[in-house]
Amino acid sequence: MARYDSVLGLIGNTPMVDVSSLSPVESVRIWLKLEGKNPAGSVKDRVALALVDAAEADGVLVPGKPDQVLLEPSSGNTGIALALICRLRGYHLKVVLPDNVSPERRQLLEVYGAEIIDSPGAEGSNGAVRRARTLAVDNPEWVFLYQYANPANPAAHYATTGPEILADCPEVTHFVAGLGTTGTIIGVGSFLKEHRRDLQVWAVEPPAGELVDGLRNLDDGYVPPVFTDADGETLLDRRVIVRPRESVEWTRRLAELGLFVGVSTGAAMAGAAKCASSIPEGEEATIVVISADDGWKYLSGDIWAGDLDDVVDRASRTIYF
Amino acid sequence: MPVTVRIPTVLRTATDGAKTVSLDGTTVRDVLGHLVADHPGVKEQVFTPDGTLHRFLNVYVNDDDVRYTGGLETAVSAGDEITLLPAVAGGAG
Repeated sequence: MARYDSVLGLIGNTPMVDVSSLSPVESVRIWLKLEGKNPAGSVKDRVALALVDAAEADGVLVPGKPDQVLLEPSSGNTGIALALICRLRGYHLKVVLPDNVSPERRQLLEVYGAEIIDSPGAEGSNGAVRRARTLAVDNPEWVFLYQYANPANPAAHYATTGPEILADCPEVTHFVAGLGTTGTIIGVGSFLKEHRRDLQVWAVEPPAGELVDGLRNLDDGYVPPVFTDADGETLLDRRVIVRPRESVEWTRRLAELGLFVGVSTGAAMAGAAKCASSIPEGEEATIVVISADDGWKYLSGDIWAGDLDDVVDRASRTIYF
Repeated sequence: MPVTVRIPTVLRTATDGAKTVSLDGTTVRDVLGHLVADHPGVKEQVFTPDGTLHRFLNVYVNDDDVRYTGGLETAVSAGDEITLLPAVAGGAG
């Protein structure tokens, strides 16, 4: 192992582990890339660092200048990653958070000194985004990095996650990841397709509970500009839905392999299993799946031990993803 | 046996609170056509005035987004499930 001058040097270069024993098709191998190994615990460390670096490069943020405020709406991981980076770089971070996210996320934000602004849980992530946009208009001096529309988000994955996958797993034929801001799938998918023309990109629709979608009207819906700007629909080869029950089941299967990962990883693995099932037995293929984070932040959800029906019921009311 | 359509929370006021409805049809367009005929309040939320799908609505047949399987012309058969899912921000993040 190496030595690092700063915690920020620990971001990226995450390991992959073989989870092919869970593949439904013997000739299809599956590798899980463990983004939970990043210092603030998720794939969002890469994005948060890129967002702040880009803002500093543009002069939107000035290192060393006092009283600079950043604003972020996030169901958790991006806020936590930004909190770490803001603490090290000396910025004050305000995070708009739906009040029904798991308590561990709140605690982690406090660890890194971020300020939390609550938004109604019933309005879900969209509600947090709406509230943040209003706050940004009312407080123009606050810096709103807005990962859903910031090109630094997919660019981080294009520059780091994608090349790491190609270097560690040059035989990759399929890439599977969950859809949130869509930055991962756009950045990694674009990079891999440039180098592996026949590669397939599969997106997994995260299993948001019915009570947490929080829409009053379909017009409150949201397609991230990061996705539309990159013509995401053309980049994707398939888009599959994974339900909360499958996500929890696959999260538990991964635990049987010793992998303590978050519920969204269970969802991504369920998607990878669907992807594997689409490949004829005997045809060699290699799927790389992103594990967005570890299981720590979800312990209060009793995901691993509780009765499956109870867990799924709770998951429909709490934002775990 | 007809096709089951799962209705998202946001559209249930137009389906008298029903979470699922059973409808006939051989394509997604057919089935959704029957849906809006039976529940006119859904129409504006599902289709644009041009007859295309609302941009914030994702339509899945069983596990697959129909954008990648033939859009509104995607074939369905008895026992299939169509899920209407609003596009929401967040997830994995």
